[in-house]
Amino acid sequence: MASIVAMTDEQPAYLLIETDASAAPATVRVRCGGGWVVQGIAQLEARLESLFLRGGQDWVIDGTAITALDTSGAWLLHRAVHELEQRGRHVVMNGLRPEFVTLLHLIASRPVATAIVHASKPGMLTRIGRYSWRSMTGVSDMLAFVGECALVLLRSLIQPHRIRWRAILHNLQTAGFEALPIVGLLSFLMGVVIAYQGADQLQHFGANIFIVDLVGLSMLRELAPLLTAIIVAGRSGSAYAAQIGTMKVTEEIDALRTIGVGPTELLVLPKILALVIALPLLTLFADVTGVFGGMLMARSKLDVGFDVFLDRFGDAVSLSSFMSGIGKAPVFAAIIALVGCYQGFQVTGSADSVGRQTTVSVVQSIFLVILADALFSVVFNWLNI
Amino acid sequence: MEQLKHTDAVLDIRDLHTRFGNNVVHDSVGLTVRPGEIFALVGGSGCGKSTLLRAIILLQRPVSGSIRVFGREVLGLNDDEALPLRRRWGVMFERGALFSSLTVQENVSMVLREHTRLSGRLLDEVAALKVALTGLPADAGFKYPSELSGGMRKRAALARAIALDPELLFLDEPTAGLDPFSASGIDELVRSLRDALGLTIMMVTHDLDLLWRVADRVAVLGEGRILGIGTMTELSRMDHPVIREYFYGPRGRAAQEQAWKKK
Repeated sequence: MASIVAMTDEQPAYLLIETDASAAPATVRVRCGGGWVVQGIAQLEARLESLFLRGGQDWVIDGTAITALDTSGAWLLHRAVHELEQRGRHVVMNGLRPEFVTLLHLIASRPVATAIVHASKPGMLTRIGRYSWRSMTGVSDMLAFVGECALVLLRSLIQPHRIRWRAILHNLQTAGFEALPIVGLLSFLMGVVIAYQGADQLQHFGANIFIVDLVGLSMLRELAPLLTAIIVAGRSGSAYAAQIGTMKVTEEIDALRTIGVGPTELLVLPKILALVIALPLLTLFADVTGVFGGMLMARSKLDVGFDVFLDRFGDAVSLSSFMSGIGKAPVFAAIIALVGCYQGFQVTGSADSVGRQTTVSVVQSIFLVILADALFSVVFNWLNI
Repeated sequence: MEQLKHTDAVLDIRDLHTRFGNNVVHDSVGLTVRPGEIFALVGGSGCGKSTLLRAIILLQRPVSGSIRVFGREVLGLNDDEALPLRRRWGVMFERGALFSSLTVQENVSMVLREHTRLSGRLLDEVAALKVALTGLPADAGFKYPSELSGGMRKRAALARAIALDPELLFLDEPTAGLDPFSASGIDELVRSLRDALGLTIMMVTHDLDLLWRVADRVAVLGEGRILGIGTMTELSRMDHPVIREYFYGPRGRAAQEQAWKKK
């Protein structure tokens, strides 16, 4: 009985089984040959498994024809012999080249962990418990982080020479100035869209002029601050998390601590301060470009010229409306910077973790920004602003 | 292993030029690595050892020259053409470069899974065997790289490098950052792997002890070319000032005395 079991590029690895029934205890002779290398042994395995079902007390494994043997092939051979012996068979190997024998000895001498340790899967209740515990400790950790930042801020205000002006300026540049084009463009498009949507309705009632109220109030009170905060959360919040997270993986955070520089003072505080300054300014810019987008649309669709639009603008939009929009921005900024930095510090060990915490930081900061915006709406409603 | 004997050189570099901007790194570098030898590349920091290694393993393109691995020109190969070659060599990076989201054993079995059709069980077993061959304890295979010490991480990186039973193994600074005890463990490991698996090994190293103890031949790289090539004993007799400084500095002498005592 002969079959070619596997083909490799060069030589096939094969297995030939001959049963010698004439001998008193039946002897099984297995002829192995060809290249027993990792690329060609895949199908040999199943064939070797079937060997164990055979009878026969005495086994002779003849490796004379094996032309190449690597560690994977040697392992397969070693395992087959081992399993046969465990079934009480008597196995003799012969004909192997001396270097192959050395390799087999080397493999037999190493303790190989063949049983994969699988941790038992936790039950439903355990998982719920763990999840809620993690969420709870997450909240208290976050609060502790906010507290620490507040303390460092207080210390920096008492000793202003500790404030890292250079880092603040750098962050103003990257998170503020470099965000101008994208914030401006998106806000402009938003203004266009709102005016366009409103134009049709207003024309029905002949209330063209109220396009100013529509665009002005919606942009200044809600859309510009929210849009800017969301863009900045995606742009800068994620960058904060990734930067601090990578620094944690490469032990740079630990290095800072050993040098005696608090990571909060050097990394977190400048980011918060810079964003608290930058976000209101970006929001103002978004206000301008958004209203400009609305103005263009008003002129082309509703025949409301620039001069008429600007004339009406002062009456339609009160200072308090403008301020309530801009006033939200520093709060959004603090949320974005705090969440981004906090998630950065939550990174542990691996590249995977950096990615996960960055995602969490963006999702969480956008969520919290919208939540805060809703709270602001409620409060402003109470105060009749 | 068999067909290696028919080719005369595993690695043959001729007239290699590398330049970064105006900075000439290699100006006509040439060397040959024979089958079954442990070849070491040494030289001062920044002399282009790692750049040369990266050029050989196709991570960097030199300006001109020729690099032949297993008799095949590697420069200008695209990814598809390079794949058969890449399967025949293993690389251990200086800082391990283990995938941090996988356990040590998964790091090894991932390579096997990509390139072979072994069954799941055999895959796990062969991966565990590679881990065991590098002298790691059996339970280390189930740990993540971040849970291992520096020396264990090097061994784990070595286990991944030999996953496909390569004929040629590149080691970048195999002992850098290790304590003397772990480093001498790596010495033994490199030699025993060569003896047991018939590998050809090319390593970049600064470790003089490692050079005296395991390297068959050593090339000294400096001034953009190969300053000297030969066994450690031959090199230690050469008069080039850079080589003399390398071997007769205080640390060089101590390592040499150690090596003599061992003999």
